Amino acid sequence: MSSKLNALTSDSYTEISQYRDQHFKGNRYEQEKLLKHSNTLYVGNLSFYTTEEQVHELFAKCGDVKRIIIGLDKIKKTACGFCFVEYYTRGDAENAMRFVNGTRLDDRIIRTDWDAGFKEGRQYGRGKSGGQVRDEYRQDYDPARGGYGKLAQQHRSTEARNSF
Amino acid sequence: MCCSFFCASLYALSRHSHTHTWPRRRTSEPIEIEDRLESLICRVGEKSTSSLESNLEGLAGVLEADLPNYKNKILRILCSVARLLPEKLTVYTTLVGLLNARNYNFGGEFVEAMIRQLKETLKNNLYNEAVYLVRFLSDLVNCHVIAAPSMVAMFENFVSVTQEEDVPQVRSDWFVYVVLSCLPWVGKELYEKKDVEMDRLLSQIEGYLKRRVKTHVPMLQVWTAEKPHPQEEYLDCLWAQVQKLKKDRWQERHILRPYIAFDSVLCEALQHNLPPFTPPGHMPDAQYPMPRVIFRMFDYTDAPEGPVMPGSHSVERYVIEENLQCIIKTHWKERKTCYSVIQEKTRSLSTITLVTDLFQVIFGELFQLPLPPHIDVMYTTLLIELCKLQPGSLPQVLAQATEMLYMRLDTMNTTCIDRFINWFSHHLSNFQFRWSWDDWSDCLTQDLEMPKPKFVKEVLEKSMRLSYHQRIVDIVPATFSALIPAEPLFSYKYEDESSASLPGYPVSITVGNAIKNRASNEEILAILKEVPNPNQEDDDDEGESFNPLKIDVFLQTLLHLAAKSFSHSFSALGKFHEILKTLTDSDDGKLHILKVVYEVWRNHPQMIAVLVDKMIRTQIVDCAAVANWLFSQDMAHEFTRLFIWEILHSTIRKMNKHVQKIQKELEEAKDKLEKQQHKRVTGNDFEDEEGQLEEQIERLQEKVESAQSEQKNLFLVIFQRFIMLLTEHLVRCETGSVDITTPWYKNCIERLQQVFLMHHGTIQQYMGTLENLLFTAELDHHILAVYQQFCALQL
Repeated sequence: MSSKLNALTSDSYTEISQYRDQHFKGNRYEQEKLLKHSNTLYVGNLSFYTTEEQVHELFAKCGDVKRIIIGLDKIKKTACGFCFVEYYTRGDAENAMRFVNGTRLDDRIIRTDWDAGFKEGRQYGRGKSGGQVRDEYRQDYDPARGGYGKLAQQHRSTEARNSF
Repeated sequence: MCCSFFCASLYALSRHSHTHTWPRRRTSEPIEIEDRLESLICRVGEKSTSSLESNLEGLAGVLEADLPNYKNKILRILCSVARLLPEKLTVYTTLVGLLNARNYNFGGEFVEAMIRQLKETLKNNLYNEAVYLVRFLSDLVNCHVIAAPSMVAMFENFVSVTQEEDVPQVRSDWFVYVVLSCLPWVGKELYEKKDVEMDRLLSQIEGYLKRRVKTHVPMLQVWTAEKPHPQEEYLDCLWAQVQKLKKDRWQERHILRPYIAFDSVLCEALQHNLPPFTPPGHMPDAQYPMPRVIFRMFDYTDAPEGPVMPGSHSVERYVIEENLQCIIKTHWKERKTCYSVIQEKTRSLSTITLVTDLFQVIFGELFQLPLPPHIDVMYTTLLIELCKLQPGSLPQVLAQATEMLYMRLDTMNTTCIDRFINWFSHHLSNFQFRWSWDDWSDCLTQDLEMPKPKFVKEVLEKSMRLSYHQRIVDIVPATFSALIPAEPLFSYKYEDESSASLPGYPVSITVGNAIKNRASNEEILAILKEVPNPNQEDDDDEGESFNPLKIDVFLQTLLHLAAKSFSHSFSALGKFHEILKTLTDSDDGKLHILKVVYEVWRNHPQMIAVLVDKMIRTQIVDCAAVANWLFSQDMAHEFTRLFIWEILHSTIRKMNKHVQKIQKELEEAKDKLEKQQHKRVTGNDFEDEEGQLEEQIERLQEKVESAQSEQKNLFLVIFQRFIMLLTEHLVRCETGSVDITTPWYKNCIERLQQVFLMHHGTIQQYMGTLENLLFTAELDHHILAVYQQFCALQL
């Protein structure tokens, strides 16, 4: 009798983003389908020192957490600033997208995004130096993420050598 | 974007005479036009370069022109906004008024459609939306769409529900509430036209309110004290507000009334009579809204400089809070939109003190009993967003509000204190934990079990979970050291040679090495056989009976090796699941494993909680074992700590979800069978499939019954334990002639209330058993009162 009013059913915080995993085994359509039904979130901009316990405490405010996988540097096998949080239900994950995304964890604004689902190997950074790609090229100094970006670090040490 | 489109179309319209028709582009699909209509209607009343009046005028013209082709769609959209956008009520009633003035038949059809929608929402237990619909109809009287006498007649029918016998009080409560809640909008008009009837109506309501039972009130109050702000029952409060409004001759200055500007047009319109509306009869599965207690934390003396806050019995208070609650209800998922709508709405409303009103509503919802309308974390994030977007004014008032809440902790309901702790610690973690802790140094002189120091302690513990121990040490003054949580470290009994005299020490070394060397389960079990059993006198047993030391040695060693993180511990539980299941085969075993987990992780309650969760999910322990453990003598010294209750409620929730899951499986199997039977063609293969399904259904039915039995048992255990503990305390106090209200007692009795409140839906199924077995007349009246308050919630 009454319509659903598309103008009112906006839930923009839970929409899937533009990011697509380039290493995903499958086509765009399959990936999007998984993203739209996923219970798993990618969490980015973590400090290297943020622990599983801290992540759990924050994300448990949205529902029961099934598991957390801390992202690791591929070479050093230490935390490199991202993780996956998997909930038992999609509804809980949606609440995390609405209410945890864009707030602080360990003093840093974190970002959450839908993930197609954890697969072995995806817990490793894909940057050349072993960490995340974003830490390869960034120019700023971030003490919680290893200081300068890897490229900038190399330049700095090159400069230091050249200045003799 | 839509705004400019709208203005453009208005501009186009204004160039033409009244015979102008909608510029129908031949290339547009009807569906596009429908979407545009929806967008235009939904957006009217929002921020615009034109005045609201000119936008309404323009939109009315556009819709009138579209009626020949899109009447049904327009009817549906208008019915929807009436139901889903209550914060823009008067904008849409004005719009309908203008349409009715231009097209009498349409007005009539709209009213009929609204009545149909009202019946449907009532049938579907959507009582909150039904209130908005009735309020919409009543405001249509102001817009000359509905004749006042027919509205009065509907109200009379509603109030006559109070004469019904053998119906739950919450039913007649709702009908009375609806009538009262419309009066701020339409009281003036109805009194002008039908004052005798209205007086009779109000006097009937007054009589009903006097004889209403209010047993439920103590269970729903955020504070137990009536000072500084009385915690009023919601109907009593609304009644007082309506009384005051009446005394003020129905002068209400707060509600935005766009129809006043159109009075000359609207008063020319012909009105419709509401069809006689009989309230639908009471159905046994009806779920009427639960009663509420009105939350007051500010009064007119608390507002910062600026306009004065309306008093608690001024009807403006009701209107303001309703408005803000509606905005949150519509936009809770979109915090930025929520903020901008609040900004918009309150700019167009007359003078109010936005910030204190807003906080009163937000905290009112966060602390609402039994449960907040939305998930707790939403309120935290909304407040963070508000502080971010108004850094000049908001944070100070929020700090002031927090201070007020802290000052009144002594009489705050324990459940509400829990929410305060969770909110405040999470909030602080977003603002570098900056707080003037010294302002709260009064708590340092109090016993640690008193509400204020207890609150600070729990806040620091939660804050530590979101950061780390040293951080907490750094942020509080040295004087607060007694309240700082312990470092969350593992406590290993068999740490080093100093524990060499302990009976389990040698085996702990052996088994530790075995685990590190990836020994098999059999090898480990063989090693564990060497652990002496303190419970046994002779060795007539093969060592299969419950051996607490065995559990202790194995689990302590295992968890010690896995102490590094949650993941390590989960992995350990998974790897040695078989052994753990063997060790915890008995109830004693299950209880003991929980005891050991507590012993080793007693400084890390967060770890205890996640381990218990994992052990339930992997069936190493069951829910009843957890309940028994939490209530055991060994845990008595932790009984008032928050983590105990988080574990208990998480356990109950898991039990509930488990039952629901199997029930769902059963329903799905039944549906499948039904579909099969519909498609049936006589043939052996179909009969086989059906037979299989029937078997599956039988098995699932057994599973459901077994799960429900486990669930019922869990509640029985919990309530029984509460009764034992409370009775003990009450008897001890009586014999010692001591006041029963110690901090422990207040905590315990409110924790009992909390179990009822947080799981009321599930518990209702087992009322019969509870009443027969536990909550009998022989029970101490203090304890029985809690049960009676709970029953009163849905009676």
